[in-house]
Amino acid sequence: MRRFLLATLFFVVLIAIWHFLVKAGVYSPVLLPSPQSVGEYLVGAARDGTLFQATGVTVRRLLVGYFIGIMIGLPLGLFTSASKFVEDTIGVLALGLQTLPSVCWIPLALLWFGQTESAMLFVVVMGTVWSVVIATDTGVRNIPPIFARAAKTMGSTGLHKWTKVILPASLPFLVSGMKQGWAFAWRSLMAAEIYVTILTGFGLGHLLHYGRELNAMEQVIGVMLVIITIGLLTDKILFSPVERFLHNRWGTGLR
Amino acid sequence: MSLQEELQGLPPAKLAVESVSKWFRTSRQSVHALDNISLEIAEGEFVCLVGPSGCGKSTLLDIIAGLEVPDEGRVMADNEPVLNPGRHRLVMFQEAALFPWLDVIGNVMFGLKLKPGLRNKERLEVAKFFIQLVGLEKFSHAHVHELSGGMKQRVALARALAPNPRVLLMDEPFAALDALTREQLYSDIQRIWQKRRKTILFVTHNVREAVCLADRVILFSRNPGQIREQFEIPLPRPRDINSIELAEHAGEITRALKGYVTGEVAE
Ligand SMILES: Nc1ncnc2c1ncn2[C@@H]1O[C@H](COP(=O)(O)OP(=O)(O)OP(=O)(O)O)[C@@H](O)[C@H]1O
Ligand SMILES: [Mg+2]
Repeated sequence: MRRFLLATLFFVVLIAIWHFLVKAGVYSPVLLPSPQSVGEYLVGAARDGTLFQATGVTVRRLLVGYFIGIMIGLPLGLFTSASKFVEDTIGVLALGLQTLPSVCWIPLALLWFGQTESAMLFVVVMGTVWSVVIATDTGVRNIPPIFARAAKTMGSTGLHKWTKVILPASLPFLVSGMKQGWAFAWRSLMAAEIYVTILTGFGLGHLLHYGRELNAMEQVIGVMLVIITIGLLTDKILFSPVERFLHNRWGTGLR
Repeated sequence: MSLQEELQGLPPAKLAVESVSKWFRTSRQSVHALDNISLEIAEGEFVCLVGPSGCGKSTLLDIIAGLEVPDEGRVMADNEPVLNPGRHRLVMFQEAALFPWLDVIGNVMFGLKLKPGLRNKERLEVAKFFIQLVGLEKFSHAHVHELSGGMKQRVALARALAPNPRVLLMDEPFAALDALTREQLYSDIQRIWQKRRKTILFVTHNVREAVCLADRVILFSRNPGQIREQFEIPLPRPRDINSIELAEHAGEITRALKGYVTGEVAE
């Protein structure tokens, strides 16, 4: 409770500073809108439904892309860690592609798929999959060898070894990899929504884009706030409990 | 199969180490860890390896377990060459090596679950029996990191005993324990060993411990790792680690050991 109050206080102070900056007229209101006007935009957009609709569209794309990315990335990462051949082929490819910022996929996606949902999905999957591959691979390689040796003497081989020893042993790494994958998926999707204009769904990225086109800074900042909030919430709801569970089990972490 | 039958189990195995040599080559140096080791261990014999740190005791255990391959020579278990780890030769490692994602009973069940011919209910019973044997029944569902070092070793012991292996390879299993717990475990080990007759190879730095447990104590020296001397311990069982005869045997072995170690320094 104390921590919650402290966090709240921190953000109230931030908004207050913002408020006084605007009041003092340091920046032109066109460049830096006041907290009130951003709040009014948010309330208005929530009332007429555009905000919820856009959030729904974005989150659906995100979940689908992320899920596909994990489904491809996780097994691929296991393969690269298990086989020298796959490591030298797919592994190198993944390492290279992981460094590629996901915006770079957009021209290709537009050429291959046109202005469609598929293009959007393609960018998100490409943004997610390689970092998941790398994280999984790293996770498996960081397992203390004593676990594998102990399991081996007890007769654990093949599929049993993978499902009962290697996967659980690398779980802390897998979870941080999936978290990283989530962040990458988010970024890729925003890039895709800002650059790919399509009619099948109007996401948060589009709202942001049109805010800029219309010079509506309160819309730009409002949507940014929504994006940040969603990011925070997923972290707190999706990943935090899992991480807490792991720390509890492994006895890791400070305190 | 009843719990009783399961606890009786298979006869112990015979081990033969035939002129085994092992080098570790790294970019910096080459270590001659084992030099032409030959050793026969009879069925059901309890053998202790004693020697200075770094003389290759763990390496020899790994080779017998099938985790390492010797550069020369081979190991035979029941007249079959050891090529891979096998369920009949279980290792208790120098570090406890428990799985942090499983609780205590989960760890003890791990090897049992891989053993065919048992029903799950029986496995659970066996696991509980061994957890009780090492005195941890209150901690059956504790996480690994909540255990003390000594408790971890006791779980590791239960885990190694539970699948009823024919050979037990133990690498300084009690080094981290306090004296009282250790004495308790000496009598437990002797009791289990007498009831269930396993072939046991036990590494320790503690000569008294070796004399208390072993039929035979083997002395190692290092650089390269070699067998220097062997001592039969004809004392009746169960043995009390504090008895005078035991102390006399231990004194004799300690003098021999010191001879090698100081000799090594003088060389
Ligand atoms: N994986 C390895 N790579 C390189 N050298 C190794 C490796 N394992 C062991 N050695 C070397 O082999 C020698 C024997 O090691 P080993 O672990 O068998 O000793 P030990 O008798 O068990 O010692 P301790 O009583 O301290 O456990 C040591 O000199 C060690 O440095
Ligand atoms: Mg050792």
